[in-house]
Amino acid sequence: MSDLNKSTLTQITNLIKTKKISSLEVTKFFIKNIEKAKKLNTFITTCFEKSLKDAKNFDIKKNYNGLLPGIPLAVKDLFCTKNIKTTAGSKILENFIPAYESSVTNNLWLEGAIILGKLNCDEFAMGSSNETSYFGNVINPIGKNLVPGGSSGGSAGALAANLTPATIGTDTGGSIRQPASFTGTVGLKPTYGLCSRWGIVAFASSLDQAGPMTKNVEDCALLLEAMSGYDPKDSTSINKKKEQYSKNLNENIKGLKIGIPKEYRIDNMPKEIDNIWNKGIDILKKSGATIVNISLPHTNYALPTYYIVAPAEASSNLARYDGVKYGYRSKKGKNLTEMYENTRGEGFGREVKRRVLIGTYVLSSGYYDAYYLKAQKVRKLIKNDFDESFKKIDAILTPSTPSSAFKFGEKTNDPISMYLNDIFTVPVNLAGIPAISIPGGVDNKGYPMGLQLIAKALDEQKILNIALTMEKAINFKNSINRWWEN
Amino acid sequence: MSIDKSQVKKVAKLSRISLDDKNLDSLSNDLALILKFVEQLNKLDTNNVKPLNSIVDKSLEPRKDQVNDGKIKEEILKNSPDKNEDFFIVPKVVE
Amino acid sequence: MVGKLMQKDKFNYFIKTEKNNWEVIIGLEVHAQVVSESKLFSGSSTKFGGKPNTQVSLVDSAFPGMLPVINEYCIEQAVKTGLGLNAKINLDSIFDRKNYFYADLPAGYQISQYKNPIVGEGEINLDMPYGSKKIGIERLHLEQDAGKSIHDLSPDNTYVDLNRSGVALMEIVSKPDLRSPEEVNSYVKKLRSIMRYLNTCDGNMQEGSLRADVNVSVRKKGETKFGTRCEIKNVNSIKFMEMAIDSEAKRQVELLESGKSIDQETRLFDTKKKETRSMRSKEEAHDYRYFPDPDLLPLKINKSFVENLKKKLPELPDQKRDRYIKKFNLSPYEANVLVSEIDVSKFFEEVIKTADIKLAKNWIIVELFAVLNEKNIEIKDSPVTPKNLAILINQISSGNISGKIAKEVFDIMIKTGSSADKIIENKGLKQQSNPEEIKKIIKKVLDKNSEKVLEYKSGKVKLFGFFIGEVMKISAGKANPKLVNEILKTELKK
Ligand SMILES: [Mg+2]
Ligand SMILES: [Zn+2]
Repeated sequence: MSDLNKSTLTQITNLIKTKKISSLEVTKFFIKNIEKAKKLNTFITTCFEKSLKDAKNFDIKKNYNGLLPGIPLAVKDLFCTKNIKTTAGSKILENFIPAYESSVTNNLWLEGAIILGKLNCDEFAMGSSNETSYFGNVINPIGKNLVPGGSSGGSAGALAANLTPATIGTDTGGSIRQPASFTGTVGLKPTYGLCSRWGIVAFASSLDQAGPMTKNVEDCALLLEAMSGYDPKDSTSINKKKEQYSKNLNENIKGLKIGIPKEYRIDNMPKEIDNIWNKGIDILKKSGATIVNISLPHTNYALPTYYIVAPAEASSNLARYDGVKYGYRSKKGKNLTEMYENTRGEGFGREVKRRVLIGTYVLSSGYYDAYYLKAQKVRKLIKNDFDESFKKIDAILTPSTPSSAFKFGEKTNDPISMYLNDIFTVPVNLAGIPAISIPGGVDNKGYPMGLQLIAKALDEQKILNIALTMEKAINFKNSINRWWEN
Repeated sequence: MSIDKSQVKKVAKLSRISLDDKNLDSLSNDLALILKFVEQLNKLDTNNVKPLNSIVDKSLEPRKDQVNDGKIKEEILKNSPDKNEDFFIVPKVVE
Repeated sequence: MVGKLMQKDKFNYFIKTEKNNWEVIIGLEVHAQVVSESKLFSGSSTKFGGKPNTQVSLVDSAFPGMLPVINEYCIEQAVKTGLGLNAKINLDSIFDRKNYFYADLPAGYQISQYKNPIVGEGEINLDMPYGSKKIGIERLHLEQDAGKSIHDLSPDNTYVDLNRSGVALMEIVSKPDLRSPEEVNSYVKKLRSIMRYLNTCDGNMQEGSLRADVNVSVRKKGETKFGTRCEIKNVNSIKFMEMAIDSEAKRQVELLESGKSIDQETRLFDTKKKETRSMRSKEEAHDYRYFPDPDLLPLKINKSFVENLKKKLPELPDQKRDRYIKKFNLSPYEANVLVSEIDVSKFFEEVIKTADIKLAKNWIIVELFAVLNEKNIEIKDSPVTPKNLAILINQISSGNISGKIAKEVFDIMIKTGSSADKIIENKGLKQQSNPEEIKKIIKKVLDKNSEKVLEYKSGKVKLFGFFIGEVMKISAGKANPKLVNEILKTELKK
């Protein structure tokens, strides 16, 4: 039997398809890995009984069609899963059991995948280090004292530790790409509207997108293909034919024009990042691409814009958590208003409160124009920057994050320094375009750091192809010694 | 523009979030910092810019007027912290 | 108290006090439930009267991750109504979230339209006793209804039923052009009539399909600036609207004349005390934080879609009234009465398919309406069907029965619902129109009263009526009055 700790999603898919291994064997393997990795705290909920039953049911099938035949997968706990607890990392949803399945996870199960459990994340996906989860910090498999990034920290951690052969996360301002960068994995934020948002606990509706998190680019193409698709239940879903990303994946990037935006060279950026970025540029040149220096003049305004738009939408999206229909209700309070206040005061963590309050403030009477409307105008300018650039170039290469994984507590007391983590990822969400983060190398501490490829809307195939080409040349190997298993 | 404690109190009231004095103090500081950060946008002249109303460039796609949902009372009430056979129950509301 | 001195002018409604004449300014926000099978953003039923929480989807109850998808028929209904109000249809409109917390608002926001509604300015024409008056429409927008909070099932708790949550409403906002309770009465009836003609709102106020927020302010006669207004929330009958306006306007006048000022606030109409009172929940000022709903995209409507609907628009009350006046030679009053409700005009048009127009309008407006009003039944439930009324009228036109007998027949029709023909036949009510038979009766009467005949001939012509009466008595009212008249005259000349 091959070593499943060294196998990719694509490889396991082929092993099962050719009956070299059964779904049950694979499922048992990952369950064992999960059980040995409690220290990492990547899971909020497991459902092994169901996993094993589903695997057995799969194995007795005659036809193994579907993109993910009998593949066990864990998913971020922001996706509602039928009859399986869904918390969004929050106390306020601690005991919530949906009777419905999100469209994206449903797509996975329809392709043959099997659920392992629900992965830890920042509360309501608000965070960049997975330190805001009600269910505790996730530890980065790269190092005991390191955050895995966020908000899809449980997803990235579980993937890097091989507790799931691949996983899905959500990305509102970098929540897939930043943890991918911090854990040496691949993460893609699709075009807004490519994956249905139906059944995903909403954070900021105009920015949220689900996306694949995998060990390599080939897996990423496969999983994106499986999870994406038009959904009439989501009015913002794009109505177009499903792409065959894995079949069309190739390394021919000759003649492509790749933009290097000068605004992404920020002050005080660690030298290693520059090195990794330059190395990436060299690879692209050698592969026959043309490098073009470009300008995205409003880049610096992306983060302030994001920290108005996202909290504004969140303040409204989170109003439904009021202790009436589901979730936590405080016992304190004499009347309805007091019940609301105590429920939300006790049920939400500090970061969520921060953002709900900011969001309420920027929408409130007398401040709407100065903050929210202003931000929507700047968002237009940021989108225009990209639109203009993509008239001349095919894709953009930038670093994924301004630093590698940091230590627990290092940024928790200063919200702004925490927010700065997403400085390279946020503009993409504001423009609604796709971007992928792949491992670019390591810094002087040996921690992984990602490179980000950005394309215009619906050009996922292009960045997957470029990423595949770069991945081959970079040949990154994560040096994880499974320390948590002792 | 900066935010003071009484404004934070008002916003907390609007948001239906109870805050004790300690939380009020520290959150007020955080909010002031964040607002100062986002006010960088004021450096930009946006007088002639139309705000972005939607990130997807298409019109709303409507559905047909058909009854194909509902009749799931148990499912709707199941997760509620306080309910009876037919209703959600909340503390008394006085108008 | 200035109350005693307050009185109404016949045409100009003013509140008169010792010092001043106060003009009352009224604007209405009518919430009209859209006629549709399913809700505005979900596929659950809109039917009235279902068991609690059985017409609720995951979207209506705001479960995590649920998303709205708009109902195409509701868009069509709003556009149709807009066209019926001669209003501007906005080809681009936007759905916004109106944020507030309430037990029957599961998402913590209502999806509504704020800056860019689907319908813009329009107008409604009112026919008042003092002439016609145009009331401006500010806008019409689509929004979701909330659920229902039930406060009287338990002393400590409020119960929540979400069946109504998400049902489509049209909020129709008038300009502050209304000046009296009578005008408001007329406005609401006209608006309801237009929507019923279009079948966009059933206008059933008992079931809450039509209710209004009433904005009231007062100002001294001759002033041009508006006073501070109060909004009386959710009044669900026309009578209550009139009473609420009257009492609220007087309250404001009293405050102003005693040197106090009006607080702009939301008030409730207490239907028992017949007065408005401040809402207790107003302590914290509302701040709805409207912003475009990011779950929905801007709504774009095709010009051709609107043009198509325009072509298919049915004849509306005003057009119908003009046609009736011209084609049927009705008075404006009669025409107005017959078109005010689509069911009345349908009844009328059905009757005149086979019966005389002049008789038909009189029978409907006078006899039928009297009975329906008395018994408080809708015309569509009338025991006398249009066909049956037409039969009755034809019996009159053809001289088979007299008008007097017809009333008798009509009374029986109301009680039994059976047809005029049958009643006439069974009861032998058919008019006696055989001249020979009538002549016989007349001769009998004249023979019996030979002295009176002599008196008549010597000049006491008034006795003619007496002879007629006697003839009718003997014929049990069935003798054809015209024939009786003619024959009697000739017989008396002999
Ligand atoms: Mg109102
Ligand atoms: Zn309204």
